[in-house]
Amino acid sequence: MQHKIIWLAAVSVFFCICLPFFLPSLSLAGEPIRIGVYLPMTGPVAAFGQMEWAGIQAAHQMRPTVLGRQVELVLVDEKSDRIEAANAVSRLLKKEKVQAIIGSATSSNTMAGAALSEKAKIPMVSPTATLPLVTQNKKYVFRVCFIDSFQGEAAARFAYQNLGARRVAVIVDRAQDYCVGLASYFKKAFTRLGGKVVSMAYCQTGDQDFSAQLTSIPASQPDLLYLPNYYAEDALIARQARELNLNIPILSADGAQAPELIKIGGKAVEGLYLLAHFAPEGAATPLAKEFMKFFKKTRHEETSGFHALGADAYFVLLDAIKRAGRTDGDAIRTALASTRGFGGVSGVIKIGPDGNAVKSAVILQVNGGQFRYLTIVKPW
Amino acid sequence: MDLSLFLQQLLNGISLGSLYALIAIGYTMVYGIIRLINFAHGDILMVSTYFAYFGISVYALPWWLSVIIAILLTALLGILIDLGAYRPVRHAPRISALITAIGVSFLLENLGLVVFGGRPKAFYRPDFLDKTYELGGVHVFSLSIWVPLVTALLLALVFLLLYRTRVGAAMRAVAKDMEMVQLMGIDVNRVISLTFAVGSALAAAGGIMWAMKYPQINPLMGILPGLKAFVAAVIGGIGNIHGAVLGGLLLGTTEILLVAFLPSLAGYRDAFAFVLLILILLFRPTGLAGKDTIG
Repeated sequence: MQHKIIWLAAVSVFFCICLPFFLPSLSLAGEPIRIGVYLPMTGPVAAFGQMEWAGIQAAHQMRPTVLGRQVELVLVDEKSDRIEAANAVSRLLKKEKVQAIIGSATSSNTMAGAALSEKAKIPMVSPTATLPLVTQNKKYVFRVCFIDSFQGEAAARFAYQNLGARRVAVIVDRAQDYCVGLASYFKKAFTRLGGKVVSMAYCQTGDQDFSAQLTSIPASQPDLLYLPNYYAEDALIARQARELNLNIPILSADGAQAPELIKIGGKAVEGLYLLAHFAPEGAATPLAKEFMKFFKKTRHEETSGFHALGADAYFVLLDAIKRAGRTDGDAIRTALASTRGFGGVSGVIKIGPDGNAVKSAVILQVNGGQFRYLTIVKPW
Repeated sequence: MDLSLFLQQLLNGISLGSLYALIAIGYTMVYGIIRLINFAHGDILMVSTYFAYFGISVYALPWWLSVIIAILLTALLGILIDLGAYRPVRHAPRISALITAIGVSFLLENLGLVVFGGRPKAFYRPDFLDKTYELGGVHVFSLSIWVPLVTALLLALVFLLLYRTRVGAAMRAVAKDMEMVQLMGIDVNRVISLTFAVGSALAAAGGIMWAMKYPQINPLMGILPGLKAFVAAVIGGIGNIHGAVLGGLLLGTTEILLVAFLPSLAGYRDAFAFVLLILILLFRPTGLAGKDTIG
């Protein structure tokens, strides 16, 4: 009896060890396709990296193969730092020998990595780098999010038309290309509409004290505070504004859509408006519905904007590889550039000139400790 | 800029400056006694905020109890760091100890990233600290009053410890001449351990006040307050405890006034602190308050 059990155990262990050798030959032909991912998993904007990675992983679980081959993801942390971002991409290109790259979350760091993948002729898709410069004059760099010239204009229209704002104060994180760019697009559009930016103050990523900037603001009598920054700074600015009794409405941007904004901002961010990429209530495509259900089932969490865009970067890339039928850089690049009407998680995506996605934005408002969907802004 | 606006900015500056001062006290005390620039001071501060965070948010203890536990645990951490990292290089050249301190700092930061994760966490703030009063056009945030009070209280306690207790006498003796103290039959290692415990407890007090003021904690949050406190300590004359308070207040106020009067230079406020450090080291290396060190 005892012998029998031992034999049975031995045979099943042997079978399990051998299984991987048989399986690929049965179901999949050829080598896996390697897709490199570089994202900020640590550091000040870690929330973006971690949410996008969760989205990419879920998308990968949903669609793990293309061209009959397994897809393999290789993740490198870029630590919210642009030098580390360049290192990460060079490692993906040279050591990991990936066929395509997804990343990164912020504009400055994507630009640091994009220069390298452009040179190596390996296509790169960023989920959320919104600064127009990121893809300018680059053949191999794409993105699945809208760009800041659109976002700035949309925010200005919303502020002027829906909120009735005429005098706006802005605090900008000068260390981020994204924030500086967005602030200037907003200012241009808002001035053209007839409004006025009455005060422009600056800070730096990682700053914790904004009392000096905020104290100078009421003198210019603004009726809206525009914060085109990332969530960590925006949450602290909102709190300190309320501590100094500056109680005007706040409008923020896609960089603020992280749960941390609400956790850190608390009561101070109640009523805050922000322009974002995605709202579950506004999602309409079949892929969005399938993904949201799958995400909820496997991760026990609602899909947020950064989950959706991480997933879209993967789905759009996968779609391009499928249409290209090959995995060399130029073939994938050509297929990516001709993406039209792809029903992604965050909406219908068309890759326009310069590799930029053309798509709509949503306006959210923090209400009862949650991001609530207000309205949609279509590209004009 | 009218008067009430100026007063408001001055108050903002004092509020920030007294936080720098609070952190600088521990920094300068450790240096004054064992001549070690403890670059891990900021990271010990970071760990203490996580201790408090876990007490309040995970184990749901009352906030004051969590703060006390966090301060005690941080003191223990200080002793352990001294035991594991600094004691082995006690008699090595001073540069070895300095490099070890930098190593401890990196170790704590990266352990923090692995254990606590890179995403920032929200820190609890008790209600009575979350109020704003208005006094003749100036908005006074209640924490801005409490921070200087805590700083003053801890400053007094440190002086009491150093000048009114036997342990304090031993600390001052170690600061004067370590070998001689050893010959007199005093356990130097124990005195130094205690110094680290007190220094780390002060870092914890500073860190928790910092986290209440800027309620966002992450594993790299200690770097900047640590550096600023170091600058404050050098401005005041490193090793000089009331100098550190002076340096902290000066640094905080000038930083805020710089941003207030020259808004376009706001991005350079950290650079400004370090330029100040370089100027002090060039023209007055012993600091503003001079060489009145412990001993």
